[in-house]
Amino acid sequence: MSEIWAGMAEAFLLIWSRDADLIEITLRSLQVSLSALVIASAVALPLGTWLAIRRFRHRRFVIATLNALMGLPPVVVGLIVYLLLSRSGPFGVLGLLFTPAAMIIAQVIIITPLIASITHQAMRELWSDYHDLLISLNTTHGQRIATLILDGRRTLMTAALAGFGRAIGEVGAIMIVGGNIDHVTRVLTTAISLETGKGDFALALGLGFVLIALSLMVNLAIHSLSRTEREGRW
Amino acid sequence: MVSQDLFAQLRGVVVRRRGKAVLGPIDLDLSGGGFTVVLGPNGAGKTTFLRVLHGVERITSGSVTWSEPAKTAQQGQAYVFQSPIMLRRSVRANLAYPLQLLGLPKTEIAARVVHWAARIGLSAAMDFPAPRLSGGEQQKLALARALIRLPDTLFLDEPCANLDGRSTREIEEILREATQAGARIIMTTHDLGQARRLADRVLFLNNGQVEEQGAADNFFTAPKSPGATGFLNGDIIE
Repeated sequence: MSEIWAGMAEAFLLIWSRDADLIEITLRSLQVSLSALVIASAVALPLGTWLAIRRFRHRRFVIATLNALMGLPPVVVGLIVYLLLSRSGPFGVLGLLFTPAAMIIAQVIIITPLIASITHQAMRELWSDYHDLLISLNTTHGQRIATLILDGRRTLMTAALAGFGRAIGEVGAIMIVGGNIDHVTRVLTTAISLETGKGDFALALGLGFVLIALSLMVNLAIHSLSRTEREGRW
Repeated sequence: MVSQDLFAQLRGVVVRRRGKAVLGPIDLDLSGGGFTVVLGPNGAGKTTFLRVLHGVERITSGSVTWSEPAKTAQQGQAYVFQSPIMLRRSVRANLAYPLQLLGLPKTEIAARVVHWAARIGLSAAMDFPAPRLSGGEQQKLALARALIRLPDTLFLDEPCANLDGRSTREIEEILREATQAGARIIMTTHDLGQARRLADRVLFLNNGQVEEQGAADNFFTAPKSPGATGFLNGDIIE
């Protein structure tokens, strides 16, 4: 119990003293996770919506696969991305291994199925409400997807936040592809892992509390920007 | 393609659900403008018939041919569903939506939206979420959203079901204006009074078949089929 109090005190001290290292790794955590979120959302939101409105052969198999991919083990993703980006791998020439870009790639792979699957569930309900109207108005598939994404944006925000939550708290994959290099690829989660390994539980806990606060702040900021609660139910 | 005096031709149209025929076989020529009212007892297939005409219901066999190419015909049509479907947007955005799909200029969209919001008495609620309007207001908004495209043909599925007298009168006034402006209206209703007030022609459906069709006056004064006679007498039709 005393270690938790010590951790909270450490977190307070780190924030109060505007510790340069803390600011750097916090900003890097945000940069990596938000970049991954934007890229994954750009793919997953239209994909999930498309799956909700299109009927095609093997659709159930595709959806089942997508749902299964939600549980992708991050360590395995990290290992595969490592092999792809390593010097002997097919993308080795790009020189991305042990850079924030590699961490973003790994996080995109991890959170895209999660966002797409939640999007699919949400859009399926909205599509059943809108189906007759949008068919009647002779809309194209692109117009249907755009309409559903626009009108379902509040639910999709939840999907995106779930993706962000998974990305910001992820450690296994980014440790492998980022290497936890100080001032280059160290982020909050890998720093926590390092400090725990060194036995500095207070600092690890302190960083943990900063991570939780950061996650809460991003969630509140996105809710506030999208006015999720103010406008009530539509 | 069918000849110009006809606007649609149905040949051998059958709709089956879970192996059971819910409509047809129907062979029918539809012609003329004004009001065509589709009457019939519950389960007669009125809604399915309307949906088939509009192309939102898949037919099991047969064909529906319009006097113009299918795509042009569909673009000139609008449909108001029995339970109004509201986009999760404001009244203004609901009215603007079909016009945005047509790619009209913003100034024209804004002008038409203002006109129709005033016509249905929702000018003061332009920025109010449409799904939170009352049932009558939602039905009027759905009608305005259909008419804002200036359709040639308007399909209405029980547009005044569950509405009070005042809302029904307002909707009927709007529909009369639309037919005077040249729109063709095909409407289902349970309300015989409304059918007598509005119909130029009547199509009577029973058990998925067209039992009778013709001028409204003839139908109401001298129905030919036993089903239509029973229906007008208020009998239970099985």
